[in-house]
Amino acid sequence: MDWGAVLENTMRGLIGEQFVYFALAAIGLNIHFGYTGLLNFGQAVFMAAGAYGLAMAVATMGLNFWVGIVLGMAVFPLILSAIMGIPTLRLRADYLAIVTIAASEMFRIIARSPSLDKWTGSSDGLTAFATTFYDLSPFDRSQRYLFGLFIGNQMWVVLVGWVLVALAALVVWTLIRSPWGRVLKAIREDEDAARSLGKNAYWFKMQALMLGGVIGAAGGMLRAIGTQSAQPQNFITDVTFFAWVALILGGVAKVGGPILGAAILYGVLNFTDIVLRQMVESGIISSSIMNGTQVGQVRFMLIGLGLILLSAFRPQGVLGSKEEMALDDR
Amino acid sequence: MSMVLTMRPLRGAHLRLVFAAVIGALLLSTPSVVRAQDGDAEVKGSITDVDESGEKVGIAGVVIIATDADGNEAGRGETDAGGAWSITLPEGDYAIELDTSTLPEGSGLRNPDKNPVAISLIPGDSKSALFPLGESTVEADTTIQVVQLAVDGLKLGLIIAMCAIGLSLIYGTTGLTNFAHGEAVTFGAMIGFLLNVTGVFGYRMPLIAAAVVVVLVSGFAGWVFNRFVWAKMRRRGASLIAALVMSIGFSIFFRYVMLFQFGGRAGFYDDFRLQSKWDLVVFSVAPKDVVLMALSVAALVAVASALQFTRIGKAMRAVADNRDLAESSGIDVEQVISRVWIAGTALAGLGGVFLGVTESISWDMGFRILLLMFAGVTLGGLGTAYGALFGSIIVGMFIQLSTLIIPTDMKNVGALITLVVILLIRPQGLLGRKERIG
Repeated sequence: MDWGAVLENTMRGLIGEQFVYFALAAIGLNIHFGYTGLLNFGQAVFMAAGAYGLAMAVATMGLNFWVGIVLGMAVFPLILSAIMGIPTLRLRADYLAIVTIAASEMFRIIARSPSLDKWTGSSDGLTAFATTFYDLSPFDRSQRYLFGLFIGNQMWVVLVGWVLVALAALVVWTLIRSPWGRVLKAIREDEDAARSLGKNAYWFKMQALMLGGVIGAAGGMLRAIGTQSAQPQNFITDVTFFAWVALILGGVAKVGGPILGAAILYGVLNFTDIVLRQMVESGIISSSIMNGTQVGQVRFMLIGLGLILLSAFRPQGVLGSKEEMALDDR
Repeated sequence: MSMVLTMRPLRGAHLRLVFAAVIGALLLSTPSVVRAQDGDAEVKGSITDVDESGEKVGIAGVVIIATDADGNEAGRGETDAGGAWSITLPEGDYAIELDTSTLPEGSGLRNPDKNPVAISLIPGDSKSALFPLGESTVEADTTIQVVQLAVDGLKLGLIIAMCAIGLSLIYGTTGLTNFAHGEAVTFGAMIGFLLNVTGVFGYRMPLIAAAVVVVLVSGFAGWVFNRFVWAKMRRRGASLIAALVMSIGFSIFFRYVMLFQFGGRAGFYDDFRLQSKWDLVVFSVAPKDVVLMALSVAALVAVASALQFTRIGKAMRAVADNRDLAESSGIDVEQVISRVWIAGTALAGLGGVFLGVTESISWDMGFRILLLMFAGVTLGGLGTAYGALFGSIIVGMFIQLSTLIIPTDMKNVGALITLVVILLIRPQGLLGRKERIG
């Protein structure tokens, strides 16, 4: 067993690219669920909106990179919020849950459909849209940075990611302390009470859905830039629940919750992944039990298990308090 | 887990004639058996099928006959072990015909109209003649197509309904939106596969017997799932949102355990593989599909009459209607819920076997159909048993009929869009009542 590699991989999980993408997605979810009580099970589609907004603008339509940023960060997620929110935000929470999860499936079907290949690149996805981003990189492509953890381009993605995570956390921290944030919490606690005070609960919920969606889209866009491809496989339904586990693990309705949760989650996932992989390669686990492909499936099982155990035994996560908001809040 | 461990399909145990395709020898670059000589030309091709592991397998021993313009046999060829064939012929016009009686049992031409194929050869030519195998896809005019699609849609709708009744009743009696219900469908299909194809202790059951076992095993699994997970959550007073998130956790966990065991490829039952269809003038239907539809209708009628006329059925509807009132009138609510779980999971398991017979068995089949179930029960009215039935059949028909307009690979999108539209117009569904949605 190569413990150096195990340590390196775990560190990359704690602070690296995956952490950045999912911390952003989970911060968005925290606005949805933590502060407003919306059950959004389609955060992966918001991430996809960011990724495909940029990729389609640059690779399909040949537009400027910065136009692509605007499309992916604002236009696509806002349209998506309207489509998912208008029919469901007047209804009970589980209807939004069903519609958002259905939207994920629709995305998968549409993005993989060969009949739209010239727009979306179908299963292969789109590439070659991130050159402008990497041209701005101050890091040397051939060098390794931060104790050799990241090569130049990765370092640039991760650094931009950290800045975005910090910005998003700051925005959430400020907004939640504002009158606007108090209305969101009031809606979460008792929608009828908020409405009786003259607040338009429907419109506030829509705004929350939009803001959280935009932050999620930033995570998705960064993921597309970091992998230099926008592929349907990276934004399937189950991806949403990586963000959910990160959020619940860290603590719902805490500014730092999703960030801490994403770091722990990817630390654990990367650790298990590399340990299992090495055990399979060195034959400690025989190939009749598990092979290389199956190692990749274990992380999804861990996500499922994480959701089960957290909702049964620790719905408030690491940082959360049961008094304010927990998964099993009534 | 050791039981499930054996569920991986036995690779190459049988040649599975699944989809069939013929790839021209040009693509395959298979050396032809006889080289074309000067002045002669060559017709060649390759008859292949796809086995269970998704690999192309040539079919040996298929006879291809070339007939010249006068109707005399000019040459014939037989496929080799790799499925390749080749006939050397002088210049001229020929009809190349595949002798369908030499195909293995269960295989048929995808385009029976395109046999024989007309071909004209000049010296030195090397042409390919394609005979794709698989289910017949004869083009029909629109009216006939509509009837055909409506029949296919009814079949799909009945299966969705069988799976969805449990989902709707569990929601009605406990308030839980059970996202793991799709995995009950996959579970049933997989147990069927284990009994019918993999075999238990070397013994394989016919699918009909396996389906009976599936119903029993699924019902038991439903009882266990309720007894050891959901009953405990209810006793602890866990919120519905925590329960919902937990059910998603179970859904993901079970789904990837099945992927781990079964692999990513589609599987098929040994029985009722490829049946020739009955051609009923305006539509054609395989005998197995008629039986499936009849069985689904029988199961649904049985469930409906049980709900309407038996004590336990009335109690289920009473609990779904108003739990507190039911409890105070002496109904043992927990017992009713337990029965709902048993019946709902058993039906979903049977639905999984049916789905496996009409389509294929895969690790995420249940999750795919779960969203169609949601569309069905939302359309009919979440929490109502008859609404689930009614809505599911409409969704099934809608999916198939929508292929008249949208590409087939996107047909499910139509159903999901209906879901959104219904919520916009009539969120309580067709048969639901308003107070449930607020």
